[in-house]
Amino acid sequence: MISARGLRKSFGDFEAVKGIDVEVRRGEAFGFLGPNGAGKSSTMRMIASVSPVSSGELRILGMDPATDGPAIRGRLGVCPQEDTLDNELSVFDNLYIYGRYFGIDRATCRDRAHELLEFAQITDKAKAKVENLSGGMKRRLTIARSLINSPDLLLLDEPTTGLDPQARHVLWDQLFRLKQAGVTLVITTHYMDEAEQLCDRLVVMDKGLIAAEGSPRELIDAHSTREVAELRFGVGEHEALAEKVEDLGERVEVLPDRLLVYSDKGEEVVTAVLERGLQPIATLVRRSTLEDVFLRLTGRSLAD
Amino acid sequence: MALVTGIPAPLTPVSAARLLVLRNFIVYRSAWKLFLTGFLEPLLYLFSIGIGVGQLIDGFEFHGEQVPYATFVAPAMLATSAFNGALLDSTFNVFFKLKYEKLYDQMLATPLSTGDIARGEITWGLMRGSVYSAAFLLVMVAMGLVESWWALLALPATVLIAFAFSAVCMALTTWMKSWQDFDKITLAQMPLFLFSATFFPVEAFGNGVLRWIVEATPLFRGVVLCRELTTGVVTWESAVSVVYLVVMGIVGLLVVRRRLDTLLLT
Repeated sequence: MISARGLRKSFGDFEAVKGIDVEVRRGEAFGFLGPNGAGKSSTMRMIASVSPVSSGELRILGMDPATDGPAIRGRLGVCPQEDTLDNELSVFDNLYIYGRYFGIDRATCRDRAHELLEFAQITDKAKAKVENLSGGMKRRLTIARSLINSPDLLLLDEPTTGLDPQARHVLWDQLFRLKQAGVTLVITTHYMDEAEQLCDRLVVMDKGLIAAEGSPRELIDAHSTREVAELRFGVGEHEALAEKVEDLGERVEVLPDRLLVYSDKGEEVVTAVLERGLQPIATLVRRSTLEDVFLRLTGRSLAD
Repeated sequence: MALVTGIPAPLTPVSAARLLVLRNFIVYRSAWKLFLTGFLEPLLYLFSIGIGVGQLIDGFEFHGEQVPYATFVAPAMLATSAFNGALLDSTFNVFFKLKYEKLYDQMLATPLSTGDIARGEITWGLMRGSVYSAAFLLVMVAMGLVESWWALLALPATVLIAFAFSAVCMALTTWMKSWQDFDKITLAQMPLFLFSATFFPVEAFGNGVLRWIVEATPLFRGVVLCRELTTGVVTWESAVSVVYLVVMGIVGLLVVRRRLDTLLLT
């Protein structure tokens, strides 16, 4: 579906994407995980065929975006980072007119619009102005709109950023359904839980490069331990206490507000810490996540 | 869920432009009152100055023919209504869509191209100007301010005026950074309206550089074209105006397209 070789994007002197190789297969959910400024959105815009490739090779659905932009875009669904809905049109007309832009005939557009209103659970808002919708509804409408042409490939740029937890789960459920219907999904996110939930395979991006690639499980197995013991001490004590627990795990990460001790047996770490007479304010043993993978690979957390 | 089966045929430039017009039409269907303002302005000028002030003036000589004052002013207001109508959508509205609504970014996620957007929006501006002009022309006929069958050609002439201004103003709008920049448009609009031989003959500027400058401005070309057609005194000046306006519109269209490429396809 997507094949990139040595793909680069620069804006003047600034290089946002510094040569990445990506291969996305039909039917899979593929993720770009990374902090803001990692080059995810620039990559997405190149895939969406609205941003010329600076160098390297890019093929979308077997076509070259430089020459076949309209043909590629005809088979893509694009859900941008910000909801760019047509605020001057009603909810229904947003879907209808957008479908017409793809060259889809009137009757099919109308049928599709009604189906997608149901899919997005906003049928009762069909005649409402877009500006009167809640944030979650706007997001669902944006996603519904990106499906109007029954795309082969759906690009979702930070689909759940800014949504409340409930709205996120509704959206995840809908994305699962699409995947089951055979739509290839490409998702960017800086939420590791989202990446773990949705992606079959992902790349971790940092500063315009790919830091790691694999399934969420593979990445965690390869770059982290099974469990993590989180130790929270008083303000400013973490740096100094790090060396006192260093030998308890395979690795220790110092964060401003806590220490992370990586070990396959998290409970034993906590017990040992208490035996040494250290008194953390709070402890937590959890499984490793992609956040830990990212921390390991870049030395920074995703939220930065 | 039903799927869109098969790949729809690629949009032709004409059908793409039609879709943009359809989109704008749907928006204005619920805000048709906004449509009236642009039509009223030239009409009010015609009544107040053309008819009102006209009672104090016998009329002017136009290409050697004596023309009553109202008949002299009316075609200028006809050209102005095309000018106003074209300006309304190709300046403020385009800026809003480009900067705030990100409407063109949405369109570029579909098979539409920057060329389609340029052609579609300019067509819409052109249509708005033409609708105003057509209505104004009917008023002129009803009031007996049309003196020749040549006036039938005044309608395509106003379409041309609307096209030229719509294209060039949309091109200028792509350089606007904030709403304040539109003061410059207003600043250009007023003198163009007042001094394009709209209310008095161009001979008033004497025979020097000033007159030469006025004759080279676009609204003057539109005014003289409409005036020749509605009074029936058609000269080679009309041909000059037609070529001038066609070139102006095409240049504007090409610039709009290039600017949209630069601004949106980054």
